[in-house]
Amino acid sequence: MNVAYDLHIHSSLSPCADNDMTPNNIVNMSILKGLDVIAITDHNSCANVQAIVNCAKNTSLLVIPGIEIETAEEIHVICLFSDMERAAEMQKLVYSRLPDIKNKEEIFGEQLIFDEKDNLISKESRLLLTAADITINEVFDIVNNELNGIAIPAHIDRQANSIISSFGTIPEDIDVKCVEISDRNTESTIISNLIKLNRTKRIYSSDAHYLWDIHEREYFVEVESLTITNVIKTLGVSK
Amino acid sequence: MYIDDLIAVIDGKLLTQKVKNAVKIENVYICDLLSWVMSHAQKGDAWITVLTNVNVPAVAMLTDVACVIIPEGIDVEELTLRKANENEITIISTKYSAFEICKKIIKSMDNN
Repeated sequence: MNVAYDLHIHSSLSPCADNDMTPNNIVNMSILKGLDVIAITDHNSCANVQAIVNCAKNTSLLVIPGIEIETAEEIHVICLFSDMERAAEMQKLVYSRLPDIKNKEEIFGEQLIFDEKDNLISKESRLLLTAADITINEVFDIVNNELNGIAIPAHIDRQANSIISSFGTIPEDIDVKCVEISDRNTESTIISNLIKLNRTKRIYSSDAHYLWDIHEREYFVEVESLTITNVIKTLGVSK
Repeated sequence: MYIDDLIAVIDGKLLTQKVKNAVKIENVYICDLLSWVMSHAQKGDAWITVLTNVNVPAVAMLTDVACVIIPEGIDVEELTLRKANENEITIISTKYSAFEICKKIIKSMDNN
């Protein structure tokens, strides 16, 4: 079956995301848009994922636990996990590598943690919008090999925080199985320069920071049945 | 050294609005990893970076640097300049490289 996805959505935990990105708003907007599967990928944290997973229970929408890790090289990597436990394990490691900088809400925005009924539970006080002291190689190794998830370089066509803007290429020693493109219009210029990408799976996600940015039913992956494991598995298979 | 002096010394161009209060430049800091700058730049530094995205004024605010210098004639995005103006961050561009900028600043200090 072909399932409609958007695998890069921020909740209000990301300081740069709108405070309206609450569990119920994200889940209901995604259903309204006709999506089958989404991933919640806040900067360096998965603290809102459980609430959003709970919120989507008894609906048609599948929610994949994720984190958008900012590596030591300031590259953004979407990490998707088969369950909350593995996501939490990765978050624990990332938190241990984040610098001790407090969030300044007036500069970066609020970092809000909600429960599944959209009640504000707490605010994350440390700044999530910065690089953790963990290399991209380490992220790929741990996520792909130890935690059976998948690490996907985010928005590789952007000028900031992308593997290509940082390295100028996709290094040979990183086992990239899938890349995320943020803008189909710039895709051809990126791809033509990188022969390696011809065989790499490409996905198109919104990087939504506002409800209206969440993708329509536009992009699909083929899976046997709609489970998190199947989606992760299909993303890991070359074209 | 104040912003006006710096602009003269490095043949710079002020890309943002002139800030009302005179800001004194105490030192120079060069780095292009924003996360590193966040935890190492000091108040009063003139921060030289080739980065021009909208996170630059945010980091400048967080660290309280005196100004941002964009070297080698690199263009700066409109959004970045708008954010900088909203928050009274000074951004200066110059055709010189980071090394040449430092040489000019040191030379001007020796002359005084």
